[in-house]
Amino acid sequence: MNRIANTFNNRRNNILSIYFTAGHKGLNTCVDILKHLENSGVDIVELGIPFSDPVADGPTIQKSSETALLNGMSVKQLFEELQNLRDDVTIPVLLMGYINPIIQFGVEAFCKKCHEVGVDGVIIPDLPLDIYERHYKDIFEQYNIVNTLLVTPQTSDERIRQIDHKSNGFIYVVSSNGTTGDKNAVLHNDYFAHIKSLELETPTLIGFGIRDNKTFENACKYANGAIIGSRFVQHIEEGYSDKHIKSFVDEIVKS
Amino acid sequence: MDGKILGYTNTTFEDMYTVDNNGYYGKFGGSFIPEMMHKNIEFLKLKYLEIIQDSNFQEEFHSLLRDYVGRPSPLYFSQALSDIYGGKVYLKREDLNHTGSHKINNTIGQILLAKRLGKKRIIAETGAGQHGVATATVCAKAGLECIIYMGATDVARQKPNVDKIKFLGAKVIPVTSGNKTLKDATNEAIRDWISNPESTHYIIGSVVGPHPYPDMVSRFQSVISEEIQKQLIEKTGKSNPSKVIACVGGGSNAAGAFYHFLDQKEVELIAVEAAGKGVDTGESAATTALGNMGVLHGAMTLLMQTEDGQVVEPYSVSAGLDYPGIGPLHAHLFDSNRASFVNVTDEEALNAALELTKIEGIIPALESSHALAALSKIDIKKDEVVVLNLSGRGDKDMDTYLNYHKQKAQ
Ligand SMILES: Cc1ncc(COP(=O)(O)O)c(C=O)c1O
Repeated sequence: MNRIANTFNNRRNNILSIYFTAGHKGLNTCVDILKHLENSGVDIVELGIPFSDPVADGPTIQKSSETALLNGMSVKQLFEELQNLRDDVTIPVLLMGYINPIIQFGVEAFCKKCHEVGVDGVIIPDLPLDIYERHYKDIFEQYNIVNTLLVTPQTSDERIRQIDHKSNGFIYVVSSNGTTGDKNAVLHNDYFAHIKSLELETPTLIGFGIRDNKTFENACKYANGAIIGSRFVQHIEEGYSDKHIKSFVDEIVKS
Repeated sequence: MDGKILGYTNTTFEDMYTVDNNGYYGKFGGSFIPEMMHKNIEFLKLKYLEIIQDSNFQEEFHSLLRDYVGRPSPLYFSQALSDIYGGKVYLKREDLNHTGSHKINNTIGQILLAKRLGKKRIIAETGAGQHGVATATVCAKAGLECIIYMGATDVARQKPNVDKIKFLGAKVIPVTSGNKTLKDATNEAIRDWISNPESTHYIIGSVVGPHPYPDMVSRFQSVISEEIQKQLIEKTGKSNPSKVIACVGGGSNAAGAFYHFLDQKEVELIAVEAAGKGVDTGESAATTALGNMGVLHGAMTLLMQTEDGQVVEPYSVSAGLDYPGIGPLHAHLFDSNRASFVNVTDEEALNAALELTKIEGIIPALESSHALAALSKIDIKKDEVVVLNLSGRGDKDMDTYLNYHKQKAQ
């Protein structure tokens, strides 16, 4: 069974998933950060592949992506850094990025590499369900790579059901209409309650605008857990030592 | 990936250059959009043809084009250009439209669409500011809130248009990410739409973006070639010219000028891209010369990018051509050799602008000057009828022209 399914089989609530951008803190830092996140008790990690034009991202992740690219991060470099990932890291790791760098690397080569180094899944915001199914699904499934789908307040119930049916791993529930790290994101409990009432088969994680203990715990009332991105990316601006990362995670999961 | 994998379904010459049911032109197009945009794009996909082909819509659209924009725009025979470059050179005078370029054809169409969709707020990206002015204009007329995203570099180099946009009551948001030009303004407009999906319609300014935008904008701009056909019959007795020339930033004026000739094999289509300081200098925007297949702003197209798939910052003196991609229709025209692509440097375009001003008393936009400069790069036979789409006027470029003229005089 793959690591993502395992995680949700072991625990159905308060799953904490953390996003950061590969290369943001320099080349050859992402495996260290992954280790520290695992040590701190984080359940799942989303490792961002930087892209020059991240349209679904707000200023924080835009900036970390720009820095990462200046540092020399690329898909090729990332796979080199992840070569021995599974020597040290046991929690699920998903790559999150835009479709163009993946197409240039070669979709099949990309899936093959993911499989080789032990990446469990992907989140590709600009690869919509219909194009995925028509052109890429067979390749992803051949290499056992979980493609994580998003739902947003714009997604109809009918489509949410369809996405639920086609998902494995988890469904990424985007908390509000906005880009990542939206400071003004109002967390709509009505919307969360509605998603919960649909009693989906696939586990759900709420993301976008989750930034502290309060917003995390609130999200966990309605979903299996939550995803924190921009706030963590800001936190590691100041450093990424084991201790510094642990202090962040402790603050989120306080109780 | 080849066309077969993407499942392009159009097969005859007649429909080879129109969009298929999945939104593709050959290998190019589609809608590579995040889920946040799905509802709006899906709705447009399902409804745009029904809405824009409705007879009330068409009537309102055409009466505005006539009485508000001033169409048909003249097709002017330029004896002076014909004497220099050979053949019979006609200028399609989109520069004479209200707001000074072809961009208004599209914004009139899209504002009528937005009203029928019940949207209250309009956003747009702009490079040269022509699309910004054309959008702010139709918003003023329709009484809708209008936000224009413009790269900070372009805000500085196209000040007259920035002033006009503001005077028209729209808000200009300077974009400071990336190269601070058209690509970055487009990113920011997409982010705005993601954040305001219910209230807002995004009036994309060229034949770029996810399906159905490239087709929708092409249809609104197709009035250009529709008129050219009628005007040529009057002037030459034949509806087809030998050649049609247009500049390509995203490609909307070219799409409009080519549209009714796409399935007319005998008509040679010539697309002109900005070479910037030269195709090999690293400061260029000649997408077909420098790019390969990739996804930007929701479409699979030709794209200037690194081996790693990062989009390369383009460069052109012309803000309207300073874009690292082209619309998927044009990528397909290039890929299938239906159109030939020529590129023109900053300096060649600037000289062409001075030349037209001097010999015809017409000050062209910098973008259109790229098309003019292509006249000297193509082979024109004695009796050939050449139609050049003069996409806009040069008011916004006066500073650039004066500086260049001064520099040349020294
Ligand atoms: C006068 C003029 N021509 C051409 C263009 C390029 O756009 P497109 O390629 O969509 O016609 C612009 C864009 O700003 C413009 O202002």
